[in-house]
Formats: sequence, C-alpha cells, structure tokens
Amino acid sequence: MTAWIPEQMVSALPEVFLALSIMALLMIGVFRGDGHTRAIGWFAVAVTVVAGIVVVGTSAGPGEAFGGMFIADAFSRYAKILALAGTALALILSISYIEQEDLARFEYPILILFACLGMMMMISANDLIALYIGLELQSLALYVLAAYRRDSLRSPEAGLKYFVLGALSSGMLLYGASLVYGFAGTTGFEGIAKAVGGSDSSFGVLVGLVFITAGLAFKVSAVPFHMWTPDVYEGSPTSVTAFFAIAPKIAAVALFVRVLVGPFAPIAAQWQQVVVLIAILSMVLGAFAAINQHNIKRLMAYSSIGHVGYMLVGLAAGTQAGVQGVLIYLAIYLAMTAGAFACILCMRVHGRMVNDIDDLAGLAQTRPLLALAMGVFMFSLAGIPPLAGFFGKLYVFLAAVEAGLYGLAVIGVLASVVAAFYYMRIVKLMYFDEPGESFDRLPGREVGFVLAGTGLFTAFFFIVPSPVLSAAATAAKSLFAG
Amino acid sequence: MILSAIAFYGFSSVAIAAGVMVISARNPVHSVLFLILAFFNAAGLFILMGAEFIAFILVIVYVGAVAVLFMFVVMMLDINLVEMRQGFLQYLPIGGLIGTVLLIELIFVVTSWAVAPESGGLLAAKAPALAEVHNTEALGRLLYTKYIYLFQGAGMILLLAMVGAIVLTLRARPGVRRQRIGDQVELRREDVIEVKNVPTGTGI
Repeated sequence: MTAWIPEQMVSALPEVFLALSIMALLMIGVFRGDGHTRAIGWFAVAVTVVAGIVVVGTSAGPGEAFGGMFIADAFSRYAKILALAGTALALILSISYIEQEDLARFEYPILILFACLGMMMMISANDLIALYIGLELQSLALYVLAAYRRDSLRSPEAGLKYFVLGALSSGMLLYGASLVYGFAGTTGFEGIAKAVGGSDSSFGVLVGLVFITAGLAFKVSAVPFHMWTPDVYEGSPTSVTAFFAIAPKIAAVALFVRVLVGPFAPIAAQWQQVVVLIAILSMVLGAFAAINQHNIKRLMAYSSIGHVGYMLVGLAAGTQAGVQGVLIYLAIYLAMTAGAFACILCMRVHGRMVNDIDDLAGLAQTRPLLALAMGVFMFSLAGIPPLAGFFGKLYVFLAAVEAGLYGLAVIGVLASVVAAFYYMRIVKLMYFDEPGESFDRLPGREVGFVLAGTGLFTAFFFIVPSPVLSAAATAAKSLFAG
Repeated sequence: MILSAIAFYGFSSVAIAAGVMVISARNPVHSVLFLILAFFNAAGLFILMGAEFIAFILVIVYVGAVAVLFMFVVMMLDINLVEMRQGFLQYLPIGGLIGTVLLIELIFVVTSWAVAPESGGLLAAKAPALAEVHNTEALGRLLYTKYIYLFQGAGMILLLAMVGAIVLTLRARPGVRRQRIGDQVELRREDVIEVKNVPTGTGI
C-alpha cells in the first residue's frame, strides 16, 4: 500500500499511528496547558476515528508482523473497531463531564488513548509476551484513571484497590505463562498450539492454563475474580466508570477468546469446564447481587459482571458459532452500555452528580426523552425482544445449545429472568413513581448525540442486523481457519 | 574446575542464606541489606555462567537503583511490625489452606514435569555460539530485531508510568513561597524600601 513503510509493518500501522498520536498530543498538552483539554479531547476522538479507518484500510496487509508476535486478522480487526468505537464514545461522554467536575487536565484523554493502545496490542497479541505487554499497558492506564480524582477519598482508594488486585492477577498470569513456556519452549501462540496438540499435555500445562485463565478472568471481571469491580466502578469518576464498562471489557474478552480458542484449542475439553463454571457463577451473581444495590454505578458493575457471564457462555461452546455469538454480543453490549452511561452522566441536580437509583424516580414526567432512552437501554440490557440485547443473548445461547451445553443455556435464561427484575425496577421508578427534583439539562450537546445514536442502534438493531452479523461471522471464521 | 565449583557453591549457599534472612530479619532495613547481598551473589552466579552483561545489569540496576530506592522507602515509611502482625492468626487457617493446596499442586507439577518433544524445534531464541558473539551483542541483536515490538511496547509502558506518576502527584499548591532568582535580581530599591519622614515626637 505504501512504499515508505516496511511491508511487514503495514499490519501494525494502526498501533504505530496511535502511539505517535499519543506522543504528539502529549507534547501539545505539555506546551499549551490544561486550558486546551477540550481541544485535545476532540483531537483524541479524531485519532480513534482515523485509527479505525487505518484498521480497515490495512486489511490487505500481510496479517502478521514482527516475526509472528503481532497478528492482524479479521477477528482482530473486528475487535479493534469495537475497542476504538468504545474509546471514542467514552471520550465524547467525558469531555463535558471533566470540565463540570473540575477534572479537566490534558492528561485525561491521553491516558484513555494509552489504554486504547494497550487494548489494540492485546487484541493483536500472538505471543505470550506481547499479550502481557499489551495487558500491562492497558491496566496501568486504567489504574491511573481510576485514581484520577485525587482530592477525593474514594477515587484513590478505588485506584489503589484496582492496582493491588491487578498486580496479583498479573502475577498469576505470568506464573501460568512461565509453566506453559517451560512445556512448549516457545511463547508464540502457533508454537504453543503445536506443542500442546502434538503430545499428551502434561499436568504442568494444565496448571499453567488454569493460572492464565484466572488472570484473564480477573481482567474481564468474571466471578471468582470480580471483587474489585463494584468498588472500583463506584469510586472512580463516572466518566471513567463508563470507559471501564465499555472498552476494556471488549479487549479483554477478545483476548480471552483468542488465547483459549487459539493456542489451547487442542485441550479444549480441559478449559471448557473451567469456563462453564465461571460463566454460571458470573451470570448468577450478576443477577442476584445487583438486586440489593442502591447506587446506580454499583448496579452497572454487577450488570457488567452478569453480561460477561453471558459472553463466556458463547466461549464455553468453543465453536465458531459460539465465538460469533460472543462478537455480536460485544457489539451490542458496547452500544447499550455506552447509552446507559450517557444517561447516568445526565443525572445531575443543581450542578452536582447524583448516583442513587431513587433519584431517577418520576423521570418520565420531568425529562420524558431521557427516561425513554434509559428505558430502552434497561429493556435491552434485560434482553427483552425486539431490542438489541435480546439478539446478543439469543446467539450465545443458541451456540451453547448446539454445542450440547443445555444446562448452561437453561441457567443463563433463568439468570437473565432474575436480572430483568432490577432493570425493570428502574423503569418502574422512572414511569410510575412520584418525581423528585428535576435533573439539570444535558451536560453537553455531544452527550445527546451519543444517547440518540446508541438508542437508535439498540432499538432498531433487529431491522438491519446483517452488517454486524456478517462482520462477526467473518471474524469468527478467521479464528478457526488455521 | 574445582575452583569454579567452589565458587558456585559459595555464591549459591550465601544467596540462599541471604534470601532466608530477607524474610526472617526483624528489622526491615536489615532485610533490604540482605536483599542486596542476595543480588550480589546472584550476579556472581551469572558471571560463572559467562553472562557478564546480565551480571553487571543486576549490580547496576538492582543494587544501584532498585535496592537503594527500597532502602529509602523502608526508612521513610516507619513500618510498625506489631501492627502488621495483627490479624495474623485470624488469617492463618485460610491462608495456610491456600498455601498447602498450592504447594501440593507445585509438587505434582514438578514431579510430573514433561517438556513437549516438539519444543526443540520451536525454541524462540537460540543462543549463538559464545566464541563468535559475546553475550552483550547477542542480547542486543535479539532485543532490537526480533523483539523490537516488545521493546517499543515496554517503552510505551514506561512513558505511561511517567505520565501517570505526574498526573497523580504533581499539584500546584497556592501560597507556597518559592525562590525566583529572576525576581530577586530584578528587585529595585524603590520596590522594597519605603522612606517615611517621621516628625519628631509624634510617632508613625
């Protein structure tokens, strides 16, 4: 495509572009100061859009780069587009918020771009070391973002908690990786697949696999490793929580899928039972623990744990249809979570954020459009047809049934019935309760656009689902081609 | 040969003894000092293996920078050991259980260890012959060619760590008096000295 770039680096062009843009924006910020945060924020949005275009534009590239450590296939392109879209939405949502909350320092959009770069490296990782570098780049940016409101007590606490537990999970992941490396003699995914598939896998590989799975489960906040999620979601500034819920989930789930379906495909029977257990626990806990929550951010934390459980149902199937279901679910989850957080960011009374679910009471009378949007997102998160969330669940459950995991699918459906209760409770509060104090008007015009865009996508996904479905099918196929 | 064997056993036994002392010393400052001793002995072991570059890095980076930094932190934090030991008995059963399970797993792993027969052909980075390429050059060749992606990625992580540290700690505090030499030099006599003509006998 271009003569001035070494041919083997063409596939990595989006990452290179992102890294260079980060450094350029950092320089602009350092020399122009915090007064230009809004401009840098919009520049960062533009960077994600251009990076997305580059991802699509380099699809004809060689596929692998840097001696096979980096892979750019249809799967990674799909996941990268989602991660970039999630980053862009989170950036747009936070531009006005950080100004109103007095957090407008120019590092904010740059830290989010750093996290985005880490996510792209995770998605494209084809080697255990590359996986770890990407994961750490992303996590480190997220730790800093969680502690971003440094003059409050909750936010540094959230950051510290996230950091300590994240370091623990990284340690487990590395320990597992070292066991796998000791067995296979290589860190490349293709080599591991050969070594694992070629002979009777030893007990050491299984232990290594379990540790890697545990480390990744922490990053997606699946159940035995979910403890940090509600506290971090509650303590972080709300725009950061929105980012946490949207983008890193996509990258981590994509990485989870690639690691288990790629190098460890030969011992699928071994990891399948682990993933089934994690999925069941996540769905059940996500459904039951959220019932008692009064803080909307904690509720969204448990909701995201539950949704990760549904995604892992597709992964547990381990088939092409299952991976396709996971990818569709990711796209839909991105839209509805971004929309729900756009609504939460509108919950301001007299210029101050309110986070209680009871504050939503009677929203339909004071702010009917906002209530309508929130209602759509809640129904969709609950999985009520014909909204988008229903289709996400439909495809993963179908894949599970096809793979013979009837019990898992039944538990999933039951869990989503329970989960529907607390989503419905919010709708009931908004439409049937006496209104309290009215919310301020929208924090910014761009929040309204995000609300409208994600709301329309969520509500009318069923009319034209084919672009997402076919893209996800191509992406899933590329993972099973080799 | 007997000399290198003696050196090996000397270095390794001192390293292990120092490692035990790191976790058993009561005074945290002594722990850090034993840690430095362990680093030195590990560096000696690396030299015995012919990896002089890593040995130097170990001494320069770990002893020179990391351990000294540890020392500062330990000295500044004033860790209260009695307070840290509180709740030790309370967490002992669950912690001991997890530790035992992990230990049993580890024994299983070590006793049934196997290396995939395919792994010989998959080796990621074969070491070149020591006679042709000395190990600093061998590492450099690997790091800046095959592993350039990881090298650059690690560079981004370090940049992020710097940005993050500044974001979380740098704050402009109002009301802090700083010395500005430019202002001091520019100061004129008229700016700071006010001459009052005080009439005799009345006061100001």
